[in-house]
Amino acid sequence: MLQCHVKGCDANNFPLELQEVVLEQEEAEFNEDFLKNMLGKLEYEALVATSLKLDIHDLPATMPEDAAYNDEFLQILHRVILETHIKSGKMVCPNCQHIYNIRDGIPNMLLAEHEV
Amino acid sequence: MLPTPDLSHLKKKDYEYIYEPAEDTFLFLDAFEDEVPFLKELQPTISLEVGSGSGCVTAFVGKILGESSCLKYCTDINPKAARATLGTAKQNQLTVDVIETHLTDALLPRLQGQIDLMYFNPPYVLTPSEEVGSHSVEASWAGGIDGREVIDEFLPYVKRLLSPKGAFYMVVVNENKPDDIREIMKQDGFESSIVKTRLAGREKLFILKFVRSST
Repeated sequence: MLQCHVKGCDANNFPLELQEVVLEQEEAEFNEDFLKNMLGKLEYEALVATSLKLDIHDLPATMPEDAAYNDEFLQILHRVILETHIKSGKMVCPNCQHIYNIRDGIPNMLLAEHEV
Repeated sequence: MLPTPDLSHLKKKDYEYIYEPAEDTFLFLDAFEDEVPFLKELQPTISLEVGSGSGCVTAFVGKILGESSCLKYCTDINPKAARATLGTAKQNQLTVDVIETHLTDALLPRLQGQIDLMYFNPPYVLTPSEEVGSHSVEASWAGGIDGREVIDEFLPYVKRLLSPKGAFYMVVVNENKPDDIREIMKQDGFESSIVKTRLAGREKLFILKFVRSST
């Protein structure tokens, strides 16, 4: 959901490209209502593209039409958005190449004075 | 009564670098306890705490919302606070996504109109303007003139980030001129209420709540 926000960088800057990523899986309780509510908020294409970069090939290229009632799909979505965490890595803006670091599971999106 | 989140992993030394929960924090928790029926009804899908500090409030609200019912975002400009928030979530068996950023900088425009629950205990203390803008513990309290400099910078983002049903909660003190803040938000289409108020030493604290006007 993060986008480059360097001043003047306002096109083709999403999704940020993940590099040198270390992933962590952590079990979370399955909540069907939450996942259904998330469907409308997701930018699905970006999610699929980012997942592929992380070698997660489980998500179908397009969201199933019956997504809200497709248990198999909801299970995959649950795994990707709630149980997969990025421990460390880099997020690179596809437009201006600005690098945002992720350390200890926390992306650092702070910019230097001249970039704001 | 809901239990206060477990913060036993944070030591005295940590509080040299991050804000130690105090009266304002506890009043915020009490306000959320009063708001449990509203929050259950609201059923937020995405929540956001701006400036989450120790993570105490987010852990408390997270417990109310339930583990997997909501994507819980937190931001803090102070890297040590960001890590403390993550640690506190873990300590209280919750998962949160913490982002090191100034206010909500990195979240727009992607989360525009998507946040159902947002809350902020801002740096509200009256200080010289020069003290605003630190990336360390001062960032948790230094509010500049009238304690309003960070608050006023943030207010315009509320209408951009909140979903149509969204609610926003904020801590303020009397010196911040709560009525003036409510008037500014009214211009942005929000109705407001005072959820809680308390006198703590010399501070008169308020918890303000904003939702979009129905008209």
